[in-house]
Amino acid sequence: MDRMGQLKHHFLTDVGKVSTLQELEDLRVGALGKKGELTLLMKELGEKTPEERKVWGAELNAVKEVLTTAFDQQKKRLEEEILNTRLATETLDVTLPPRPLLTGKIHPLSHVLDQTIQIFGQMGFVVAEGPDIEEDFYNFTALNIPLEHPARQEQDTFYLPPLEDEQPLVLRTHTSPVQIRTMLNQKPPLRIIAPGRTYRSDYDATHTPMFHQIEGLVIDTKTHMGHLKGCLEEFCRLFFEDPSLKLRFRPGYFPFTEPSAEVDIWWKGNSWLEILGCGMVHPNVLRNCDIDPTIYQGFAFGMGIERIAMLKYGITDLRLFYESDLRWLDYYGFDPESRE
Amino acid sequence: MKFTLSWLKTHLETEASVETIVEKLTALGLVVDKVENKAEVLAPFKICEIIEAEKHPNADRLKVCRVNTGDEVIQVVCGAPNARKGLKVVLARPGDLIPSTKQVLKVGKVRDVESLGMMCSAQELLLGEASEGIIEVDPKACVGESYAKWMGLDETLIEIEITPNRGDCLGVYGISRDLAATGIGKLKPLKREIIKGSYPCPVALKTDSEACPHFTGRVIRGLKNGPSPLWLQKKLEAIGLRPLSALVDITNFFIYDLGRPLHVFDVNKLKGELNVRLSEKGESFKALDGKTYPLSEDMTVIADDSGVISLAGIMGGESTGCDDSTHTVFLESAFFDPISIAITGRSLGILSDSRYRFERGVDPASTLPGLEAATQMILEICGGEVSEIVVTGAAPDLRESIVFDPARVKTLGGLDVPSQRAQDILKTLGFEVKGEGQNFAVLTPSWRFDVEQETDLVEEVLRVEGYDKIPSLPFGDRPEKKLLSPLQERRFVVREQLANRGLMEVITWSFMAHKETELFGGVAESLVVLNPISQDLDAMRPSLLPNLLKVLLLNQNRGAEAVGLFEVGPQYSGPTPQDQHMMATGLRAGAFHSDHWCEKKRLVDIYDAKADVVDIFGGLTFQYSQAAPSWYHPGRSAALKLGPHVLGYFGELHPSILKAYDVKGPVVAFEIFIDRLPQVKRKSKLVLSSYQRVERDFAFVVSQDVQSESLIKAAQKADPVLTQDITLFDVFDLGDHKKSMGIRVGLQSQDHTLTEDEIQTFSQKVISLVTQSTGGVLRQ
Repeated sequence: MDRMGQLKHHFLTDVGKVSTLQELEDLRVGALGKKGELTLLMKELGEKTPEERKVWGAELNAVKEVLTTAFDQQKKRLEEEILNTRLATETLDVTLPPRPLLTGKIHPLSHVLDQTIQIFGQMGFVVAEGPDIEEDFYNFTALNIPLEHPARQEQDTFYLPPLEDEQPLVLRTHTSPVQIRTMLNQKPPLRIIAPGRTYRSDYDATHTPMFHQIEGLVIDTKTHMGHLKGCLEEFCRLFFEDPSLKLRFRPGYFPFTEPSAEVDIWWKGNSWLEILGCGMVHPNVLRNCDIDPTIYQGFAFGMGIERIAMLKYGITDLRLFYESDLRWLDYYGFDPESRE
Repeated sequence: MKFTLSWLKTHLETEASVETIVEKLTALGLVVDKVENKAEVLAPFKICEIIEAEKHPNADRLKVCRVNTGDEVIQVVCGAPNARKGLKVVLARPGDLIPSTKQVLKVGKVRDVESLGMMCSAQELLLGEASEGIIEVDPKACVGESYAKWMGLDETLIEIEITPNRGDCLGVYGISRDLAATGIGKLKPLKREIIKGSYPCPVALKTDSEACPHFTGRVIRGLKNGPSPLWLQKKLEAIGLRPLSALVDITNFFIYDLGRPLHVFDVNKLKGELNVRLSEKGESFKALDGKTYPLSEDMTVIADDSGVISLAGIMGGESTGCDDSTHTVFLESAFFDPISIAITGRSLGILSDSRYRFERGVDPASTLPGLEAATQMILEICGGEVSEIVVTGAAPDLRESIVFDPARVKTLGGLDVPSQRAQDILKTLGFEVKGEGQNFAVLTPSWRFDVEQETDLVEEVLRVEGYDKIPSLPFGDRPEKKLLSPLQERRFVVREQLANRGLMEVITWSFMAHKETELFGGVAESLVVLNPISQDLDAMRPSLLPNLLKVLLLNQNRGAEAVGLFEVGPQYSGPTPQDQHMMATGLRAGAFHSDHWCEKKRLVDIYDAKADVVDIFGGLTFQYSQAAPSWYHPGRSAALKLGPHVLGYFGELHPSILKAYDVKGPVVAFEIFIDRLPQVKRKSKLVLSSYQRVERDFAFVVSQDVQSESLIKAAQKADPVLTQDITLFDVFDLGDHKKSMGIRVGLQSQDHTLTEDEIQTFSQKVISLVTQSTGGVLRQ
């Protein structure tokens, strides 16, 4: 009885003292291993009387359980300590930059074109296109701009050699020829927008020889200037993200619209800024496209993409769109979004 | 077009404020660019007199002046050569803001002599161009008076933009008429002078009706030219015109007052009769601007026996110009054809107030009244004796009669305007309205060439009522249509894909330098711009790469070492719409990415460009062809084809291209004809097998020229059904023209677990197929 008590006491004291898993294992083997002291006591049980065996057996089992628990607990504690010690040494500089991820950007003009197209898309427009190298007929004549019209001289047109004996080809000076191509190829009702590259021979702080426009055209039997105002108001308010943006329509002049209007927006509460030109499609233009102006009518508008991009994003120098400095593009460009 | 408020009020009786007038002008379509009152900025500057001017003790060119300001006499140092005793000048005092520099004047010492002010030049006050000296004020001016007030600059100056269709508003009278229609004032009737001549016109006149449909003139003799009266000088100066002499000032006045160009010839300098005709080849003309212009055929000119003495409606000639000694003049008022004026003016490059008006259309009915009005003013200012008028032709009647249904204002313009109101508006603008009910006959005024049909009348009514009154209506119907065609959609998708791959989108010109196109296959003459803006931009680009290389160079020069960029845009193989190809072209140069602590820097190679291409192609099966264009490295590039169609190219750029563009390599690039890519097929249904997947590795020794694709294709044939994927995990050079390629084949059956026997059989098949088609041997 005494031996058992001593044994228990001895092992319970020692288990608290061990500091390594190996020592703990040695201690456990010393107690509970094949030749462990407790195991040996167990073996002695056979020599006892049944009564003694019953009492001793129960007590031995109890001691075994107490010791096993103590060893397990100590093992867990030691393992925890070891892990904690290891973790304490395993530190990384979390402020180091992450693995390189190459990031490209969408050019601000592409982004603005995309936004513009999406907004008009909500109003039932579809995108139409035409070539950059345009015939004189589509760029001027069909748009009611005869050869000697002052408007034709105000646009500094780039010319390319004529095809055979025809008129010289031009780099389109506006996206309006797409109106003509569309009206000649499709029957009303029409509701199209035509974004694209346009060209004029002008290069200074406020002009680049190539720039972007978006053209709009609506032809049906009853669209009038009220709808033109409504459509452009909706566009400008959505594009500039200002639901109460004020617009001003004032008379303007374009050979291909009548009545014509220039549109200004009230900008940052201090001035009117001209942003686009528009009007009701001129009856001569409709006639040039074999559309009967006594039945059909509609509106057209044209807008400079650079202009609205500069306003919306606070870009002050037009030429920087085309300089292609990667640092500028990284700053003013837009993160790509998945469109699929 | 500039005018002053007081000038406007000579024609328009109005109590309206400047603000209202400006608002109405803009609402009428006469957009106000600027409203300014020079007196506001010029308020501090007073007229003073130099009472003494001595040479500066320490500087030869400077003078020390004593200047009477009216209140005191102060010392001012001045460097102007015309500073002299007795001169009346414009003085700025310390504290005044100098308009040209926007800086405040300080008390200064000029070479040790104190200066308490500055005598101003016209340029410093923004009243004129740079000149040698200071302003010389009229001796009659009072010392101490405000210079602006004395000069009549205490005036509101309004500058408006006139659209090309509104030639009638290139005179103050026309502007007044438009304003009167809005109801803010009343148009004062013009005085119609009729001055009887006292003798027959001594200058004989011959007119070719083809050259000029209507020409009038008369002689005024015994007049005295010289400076025009102060009121006229001030009026012209206020709108930025330099007074010259009474006769010239009077014609300038009518250009701006009535929009009526006139011309005066000095009769004493005329040789023989006046002949209004078309020019002949080889003639030339010395204009008032001192330049000699060679004339081509069929320009309208006025000639005498000496040759061409005036370019009709554009500019007078030097030989018959008026000066102070002129005492007899021939005054001309005519109507010239706008188109012929435009052609002549443009081909000779002469800009003048007269050309500007004639090419936009001068009221033909103003020919004789204009002549009479100018005669009257010449008589008042210069005196003289007037001859009878000579007239050839008659004022052409260009008025149109238009059927007008006032309801169109609503159905086209979107604004309800009562019929009576519409008629009233047209009448105040000078239209004659006849009839009643639905359809009116409207006769346009002689000065409105731009009004030709009913829609023009709708605009007239609308702009006077104000576009702001048109209620805006959102579209009621919004048809749900596909916004973008699949081709258009793809451009946006490709942009996003390439940007997501780390490439920066750029937009570059559609043109480039013709001489550089040769490096990229050249362009046909039909793609060379006839009137380029510079020699660097004179041909339509046959490829986007040259412009991207310029961008690369710019950025390398600015220190970029890892450049990746792309453009989605057109290139041209000819001038027709079918020759315009939408491209997605990109390049990567130098390092793949800059130095980084955890990933070693590496240089780009063609497999980076290939990865970009393959991503865009999205699973499309294509064929390789070695036929990439000449600007690629011949051994490190390929054309990608689908049947006979080239879908694009990728590869390393040719060393000679890098040299030509002075860029640092390596540069790898791709060009994709995105409109040629076939539609993406819908994906078939994915069935995942639940049986065990096994992988087997094979390493083959092959000859150096065996392409990996042939090896993989051979392996694939072993069992296309069981083969899930083949990964090429290793390639290395063994020397002796041999290389090793390691592939890992993933196998999986849809209906059972593969047995060791099956796998063995499969492996043997792979080995024999690869050996058969590539000569490769399994590495032991």
